[in-house]
Amino acid sequence: MLQYIGRRILQMIPTVFLISVISFILIQLPPGDYLTSIVATLAQSGDYLDQDQLAQLKRQYGLGQPVYVQYAKWMWGILSRGSFGQSFFWNRPVTELIADRLSITVILTLTTMIFTWAVGLPIGIYSATHQYSKLDYLFTSTSFIGLATPDFMLALILLYLGVVYLGKSYAGLFSPEFADAPWSFARLVDMMKHIIVPLIIGGTSGTAGLVRIMRGSLLDELNKPYVITARAKGLSERKLLWKYPVRVAINPFVSTIGWTLASLFSGGTIIAVVLGLPTVGPLMLSALMAQDMYLAGSILFIMSILTVIGTLISDLLLAWVDPRIRFEGGGR
Amino acid sequence: MSQSEVRAQTLPEAEAPTSAAEAEEKVLTASQWQLMWWKFRRHKMAMFGGAFVFLMYLCAAFCEFLAPYPLDMRDSKHVTAPPQLLRWRDDEGNFHLRPFVYGLKEHVDPISWRRTFTEDPAQIYPVYLFARTHPYKFWGLFETKVHLFGVKGEEATIFLLGSDSMGRDLFSRILYGARISLSVGLLGVLLSLVIGAVLGGISGYYGGLIDNVMQRLIEVLRSIPHIPLWMALSAALPPGLPPQQTYFGITLVLAVIGWTGLARVTRGKILSLRDEDFVMAAKICGTSETRIIVRHLLPSFFSYLIVSVTLSIPGMVMGETSLSFLGLGMRPPYTSWGVLLSEAQNIGNIAHRPWILIPGLFLIATVFAFNFLGDGLRDAADPYTR
Repeated sequence: MLQYIGRRILQMIPTVFLISVISFILIQLPPGDYLTSIVATLAQSGDYLDQDQLAQLKRQYGLGQPVYVQYAKWMWGILSRGSFGQSFFWNRPVTELIADRLSITVILTLTTMIFTWAVGLPIGIYSATHQYSKLDYLFTSTSFIGLATPDFMLALILLYLGVVYLGKSYAGLFSPEFADAPWSFARLVDMMKHIIVPLIIGGTSGTAGLVRIMRGSLLDELNKPYVITARAKGLSERKLLWKYPVRVAINPFVSTIGWTLASLFSGGTIIAVVLGLPTVGPLMLSALMAQDMYLAGSILFIMSILTVIGTLISDLLLAWVDPRIRFEGGGR
Repeated sequence: MSQSEVRAQTLPEAEAPTSAAEAEEKVLTASQWQLMWWKFRRHKMAMFGGAFVFLMYLCAAFCEFLAPYPLDMRDSKHVTAPPQLLRWRDDEGNFHLRPFVYGLKEHVDPISWRRTFTEDPAQIYPVYLFARTHPYKFWGLFETKVHLFGVKGEEATIFLLGSDSMGRDLFSRILYGARISLSVGLLGVLLSLVIGAVLGGISGYYGGLIDNVMQRLIEVLRSIPHIPLWMALSAALPPGLPPQQTYFGITLVLAVIGWTGLARVTRGKILSLRDEDFVMAAKICGTSETRIIVRHLLPSFFSYLIVSVTLSIPGMVMGETSLSFLGLGMRPPYTSWGVLLSEAQNIGNIAHRPWILIPGLFLIATVFAFNFLGDGLRDAADPYTR
């Protein structure tokens, strides 16, 4: 097992390296750089920078250097000091800017994920064991709707319903009266109320996918001869279900953690923009608009790294759940 | 369900020749495509989904004619008007053979000064088929004024789904938007298909180092969350780009991730087909590699490709909508459903005129239909399902 873990971690290194290069190149892609956008903004207000100032700023931001030098410096900063560079727009270290928002993002994503699992797994099992029952139809068709509705549409619809029927906007993380208040129990309750909205939105599409996967793979298992044998030998339905088919059917379910995480980050970005949540998503959008390259690139990089770690965890879990993977020592 | 199952099973027989032996022979001699079509026809939801998708594409193709107004026709007197219902019966209970809409009456809120409109039963505007109203150029070919339907008169309006903040008809704009939104899905998938099938095919057929590198690349691309990646890529499109190039740029951006899924399907299928006996036989006969790929491998997994293509179109359409919604996608005059929805970013707008969410319903319905269609195709393409 230890050997397996070690190899998987080693395999991660080239992936992470490639992701860092891709994030960096992506952020370099827009024509011009932060300075051109400053000059353009200044020109609009009738102001301008002279050549000396421009050159000085260029040196200060390190924008004149070749791309690979900039990349090497950025990477070195991350590896040696854990510093992701300086945000041009905010004129503050990227690490400082992301820190708060990242923890909220991670908390939100993880709670959504647990919610998704807690709802998706039992429903999937129920749907498979009660195939073609009324509830199965209800769940299956709801999951179709969940898959077909983009997250931001759901967010808009929920906001609308909140305003019309509850007379209250559930956008943001806090109600206005708690926005700047110090931490208290009431503030925590208020935050919980607001977190439910993104939780439901993010959870719906995720749950829908999981229900379909669990239902499909469990149905495949239930038709296998060993289930019939076990039933013929008089094993109770409950034990029969939980001890064998569910354990096998959960494999594809476990292996989806990686991409569930990716899609939660992905969907979370746009939900956060609609709901005005203080996660990294809206920060990235504004950074992209302002060509604040280290900020945008770092966010993209960190989100991808978290996804890679999620995939690693799901692979390890899979090896733990399924001895075949562990003993064959096989790849994926 | 049992009832529909029975019907589904009896259906092929109903159309098949009278004797059972003949029917069996028909099945045995049927081509792969015929078998798939028969199986697909049994899947009612898939047929329905297919019909809906076809209808939406028809609407997109003929949107100039179907829409009562041109894309950017502004009616500054009737901004943010609510939907006007198409009616046959007026308030006094009289039945009209020709459908009509009520005119709009303006109210000004004495406190907030906001202008709102309500339907006014005093004004009745009959709706004419093939009405000659606003001039447009059909497919850029010839000038005409004929619309499928319209109302006549200076003050007459027909906003079936309301109007936006500039007094433009939402129904017309949704039809025009369908053209952009749906074609982006199709074009993006075509691009992904070309890249994915070629790279996936190479990767599966040759294996070894090429395969390893390709798989690693796909893995890396898939671990970057889609929407942030799309955002970064479309932010790279310069803002001054002509709208047409932005359109192709966005399509390309969507294909950057789209191809990975299709490459995986192709690779997996090729890998399993490569060791089949018939491929071995062809090799021993001295068939060239190109001929093996084109003549033996491609037809075997073509149906699977069609299925994954159908199932990946809705993802593309949703991706484009999300980007345009955030303001990183299409730019006017290229109006997509996402561009229409971006007006709904403001919660105040949604609360006062919820009809601006309607383009989203079109989106959901289309994605729904595509999913059903894809599901039906998948069942039909699988030779082992009954």
